[in-house]
Amino acid sequence: MKKVFEMEDLDCANCAAKMEDAIRKIEGVTYVSISFMAQRMTIEADDAKFDAIMKQAQKAVRKVEPDCRILLK
Amino acid sequence: MKKSYFKRKHKRSLAEIIIAATLFVICAIVTRAGILPDMAWLPLILYLAPYLVIGWRVLWKAARNILRGQVFDENFLMTIATIGALIVGEYPEAVFVMLFYRVGELFEELAVGKSRASIAALMEIRPDCAHAEREGETVTVDPAEVAVGEIISIHPGERVPLDGTVLEGITTLDTAALTGESLPREAGEGDTVISGCVNLTGMIRVRVTKSYGESTVSKILELVENAGEHKSRSEQFITRFARWYTPIVVLAAVLLAVVPPLFMGVSDPAVWSEWIYRALSFLVISCPCALVISVPLSFFGGIGGASKRGILVKGSCYLEALAACDTVVFDKTGTLTEGRFSVTAVRPAEGVTESDLLYLAACAEQYSSHPIARALTAACPDHGEAHDVEEPAGHGVRATVVGRDGRPHRVAVGNTKLMDSEGAAWVSHSDTGTTVFVAADGRFMGSITVADTVKPDSAEAIAALRSYGVKRAVMLTGDSETTASAVARELGLDEYHAALLPADKVERVEALLADPARKGKLAFVGDGINDAPVLARADIGIAMGGMGSDAAIEAADVVLMDDRMAGLPRAIAIARRTLRIVKQNIIFALGVKAVILILGALGLAGLWAAVFADVGVAVIAILNAMRAMKTRD
Repeated sequence: MKKVFEMEDLDCANCAAKMEDAIRKIEGVTYVSISFMAQRMTIEADDAKFDAIMKQAQKAVRKVEPDCRILLK
Repeated sequence: MKKSYFKRKHKRSLAEIIIAATLFVICAIVTRAGILPDMAWLPLILYLAPYLVIGWRVLWKAARNILRGQVFDENFLMTIATIGALIVGEYPEAVFVMLFYRVGELFEELAVGKSRASIAALMEIRPDCAHAEREGETVTVDPAEVAVGEIISIHPGERVPLDGTVLEGITTLDTAALTGESLPREAGEGDTVISGCVNLTGMIRVRVTKSYGESTVSKILELVENAGEHKSRSEQFITRFARWYTPIVVLAAVLLAVVPPLFMGVSDPAVWSEWIYRALSFLVISCPCALVISVPLSFFGGIGGASKRGILVKGSCYLEALAACDTVVFDKTGTLTEGRFSVTAVRPAEGVTESDLLYLAACAEQYSSHPIARALTAACPDHGEAHDVEEPAGHGVRATVVGRDGRPHRVAVGNTKLMDSEGAAWVSHSDTGTTVFVAADGRFMGSITVADTVKPDSAEAIAALRSYGVKRAVMLTGDSETTASAVARELGLDEYHAALLPADKVERVEALLADPARKGKLAFVGDGINDAPVLARADIGIAMGGMGSDAAIEAADVVLMDDRMAGLPRAIAIARRTLRIVKQNIIFALGVKAVILILGALGLAGLWAAVFADVGVAVIAILNAMRAMKTRD
């Protein structure tokens, strides 16, 4: 399943790249791309574990930039 | 609205910068004036005031991030660099570095916010509401709630919320937001209207043909919003580069601080402090921010500027490919040519006028829906009645027509076989296109040629492409050899391949892709209707006339919203300019950093220069990147 999420308070371009790296390493994630300019994340991951993966992604994002949030719709 | 990107956070930063700068100046005056009692720790205490005002956020973030295992983060580097400066006794520099860093950071955020806002403004095509007619009443609802087949009314000044067909009313539509075309388009009963246009003059009632999610406006917004997803090679290079750059520079800083003193005087504190100071400038330079931010910002600006011109680019990688494009393959019909027939030559027989010939042909053909018949009827709109129409299959039409002389004639319009069966002595000319012959009461009246005409700006666009480095312009068509060669000659194309089936087109493009002589990228330009496989196969698939054709929007990498060829050279120009800006930024930022690193290692550049190489360069690169958004004609 491929989904697009908005990112709140993503303030640095380098951080976006780091987040991308970290999320790519989560098991079940097949594709991830974070656009710093558009403040969006496109992620493709296992349907069955999607919610769990998103929780982990959120954690990875916070680790890089503590104020940044993935807006889960 | 204008200042929405200037958030509370930014105001807070600005306040901190002003307070810290004031305190900094006071400290500098007080310490220089020599009025302080001679106590070594006093200046430190004094300078700590502005340092903490400006730096506490950075220190706090650094501490928090270390706890989370994020080392080489920019806050951490700034913290180490400035604390190091305080330890070696360079108090003013510690404060200055922190101050400058925060100024740069604020500036960066504002610049990014501003370009985001202006691109968002470009895409202000989202309709707010639709007035649907339900059970005799007009209700205002969200466009997403309107079903296909419902009737909506659109008042002057409103945005068309959904794609549909006009049932009633005449108006002009402003399509500028979609196509970049400033000339308004007229729409009347039966015409299609596209969501996202602005209704200018009259009220219209429209039957909705597409749901909101499927309508043009949603497709375009989705496309532009996802444009960041397909990253260019330059962007990937920079992120990969940044991953290595910071650790390497930090390691170099450590070595610079430790190794030389081991040889030059392990026991001399002055030597240590000198080399540590030099190493600190490395730490300040080691942030890759300028690069990492300016490259995507340039691409984002380029994509935004292009969309203002009615050129939608699906990602920065396509902008990059477009700039390197040296082979362009065109589909003929609908791309280079108008895609509809019109009369190109009228050859009346002796004693017949051109207008009489057209009149007879138009009368006889008026009931046929064949494209050639449509072209003939369009050439003479004030034609008269026809009856007893028969269509001998594969030959043409016979009908009884009242001629301009007021008498009925048995008119035959068709090919030479039809003429022969009429017993008419036909004469043929070598006009390009499809020729139909006309006879009245068995007498040959003349011939009319209809052809698909070349778009007025095609030749100019191809010439412009050449000036942008396109070496090979190829045309593929399903049309006949004669038509293809005439069009190719008229437009100055390098090659053409005629009489191709859709599958042949893919094969041809594959052959061109495999050509070892080709150095750049291959772009295919089509109208998107039956080109999907070729569009997908080419390095860059470009669809023309995206207005109303969502198949094109989906299959292509670049969509030219209006039907004009002029958009193609313009797209390449924008792509090249963007790439030029990206390259300038990469070279400039890396160059300045390299120079300052060398000077820093030699002890010729202090922290002041280092902080310029970091933040100053970032600011200049960002300003340069923002130029990408501005497009010229």
